[in-house]
Amino acid sequence: MKKDEVPQDKSNLESANFKELCYAVDENGEYTTVNSSGWDPKTIALNKAIEDINERVEDAKQRVLNNKTSPIEYYMEFHKMDLPILSSYVGLWKWRVKRHFKPKVFQKLSNNLLIKYADVFDISIEQLKDINLHGN
Amino acid sequence: MEINFTHHQSAHCENGVISNLMKHHGYNVSEPMAFGIGSGLLFCYIPFLMVNHAPAFTYRALPGIIFKRFAKRVGIKIKREKFKKPQQAKARLDENLKNNNPVGLQVGVYNLVYFPDEYRFHFNAHNLVVYGKENDTYLISDPVMETVTTLTEKELEKVRFAKGAFAPKGHIYYPVDFPKELDLEKAIVKGIKHTCKDMLAPIPVLGVKGIRHTAKLIRKWPKKKGVKKANHYLGQIVRMQEEIGTGGGGFRYIFAAFLQESSKILNKPDLSELSKEMTLIGDSWRDFAVDASRIYKNRSAKEDAYNHVALQLEVIADKEEIFFKKLKLAIK
Repeated sequence: MKKDEVPQDKSNLESANFKELCYAVDENGEYTTVNSSGWDPKTIALNKAIEDINERVEDAKQRVLNNKTSPIEYYMEFHKMDLPILSSYVGLWKWRVKRHFKPKVFQKLSNNLLIKYADVFDISIEQLKDINLHGN
Repeated sequence: MEINFTHHQSAHCENGVISNLMKHHGYNVSEPMAFGIGSGLLFCYIPFLMVNHAPAFTYRALPGIIFKRFAKRVGIKIKREKFKKPQQAKARLDENLKNNNPVGLQVGVYNLVYFPDEYRFHFNAHNLVVYGKENDTYLISDPVMETVTTLTEKELEKVRFAKGAFAPKGHIYYPVDFPKELDLEKAIVKGIKHTCKDMLAPIPVLGVKGIRHTAKLIRKWPKKKGVKKANHYLGQIVRMQEEIGTGGGGFRYIFAAFLQESSKILNKPDLSELSKEMTLIGDSWRDFAVDASRIYKNRSAKEDAYNHVALQLEVIADKEEIFFKKLKLAIK
């Protein structure tokens, strides 16, 4: 990649007001570094990934509202987590967390466990029990 | 208190921390040099690790290993510690800052508040330097950022004790012992040899063979996984290749810069020629990313398109195979 070929496309970096560093060769064939504001192919990839996450969150939300799963799954998806990540944050076995996805099991969870989950998701217990109280 | 520390922006966090800490201690080591000596370049498909609901691909060596190899090869000693309790981790950090010693930390990205929201995933192998503390705010030099920044005590604790794969556990590290003079020549040769070995390894998921294996997977995905998943996986490959920190082209440009710098130090014009070749290979990776992005941009991609990008990868694999064989000979 030549110095003047370093892409300067619009990207999500703009919001944080920073540019990333790329390596490219100058007129004399010497390597140098150039700041880049972004590159479309990867911005598209990133946006796609975020779209997918939003879809997963929306899907989980509907299933919570239809009483098919517990709010824990919704908050897990909202925080871009998966089962292994969530279970390591709350310090429980994966199968236990998975079991807590069942609305019936969730209803009977002890206060201590609820506090654990609420802390990980940085929300109150009321919000944990009712996703309608969750902002966004 | 603030340590007199100069922040240099780098492409990749780990090389950047190495380079910035070395410069702080009076050794001028560039980012490509740290990357090359630490044998950072790689290609690996990790089938059993799912990241963001897609299989993981990596273009670099495992987190932490670049610094480890670099230190061993140039003869510096690094002190490393992990902690069970956040209080202990904080105490050790404060102690070092008091002694005027800037330190490297491994952190998770998800709660890193100065990153744009879109970039905050559960990725736990990010690196930064802490170079001071004012009241309860730490002064942070994050190598991928253009300028220095800050984190509160609470914010820093959160990222140091992120959970999940590669959990940092408060990991703190800093060089403690330096040789009189860095023996770069030997270290460069060792670094290059190791990279050649990795890239030409007879393991199906690693190096050149790994690239071919990935091409085969791409051909299969649309039928086996459906178009939606196939596109998601393809996007994952491009993201790993071009995400912040790679310097573009899946680290191939940084490696080319390393070869160019090495050719001067070792006085080997061959390496300079090979550097040019690596730059062209980097361009091929970029072309692959452009064509792959066309596929996941419009959902109704034809099967032919997948075969096309798979073929591109196979051509890249052939080029890299020839390249690393030549590089191996050049360094003998």
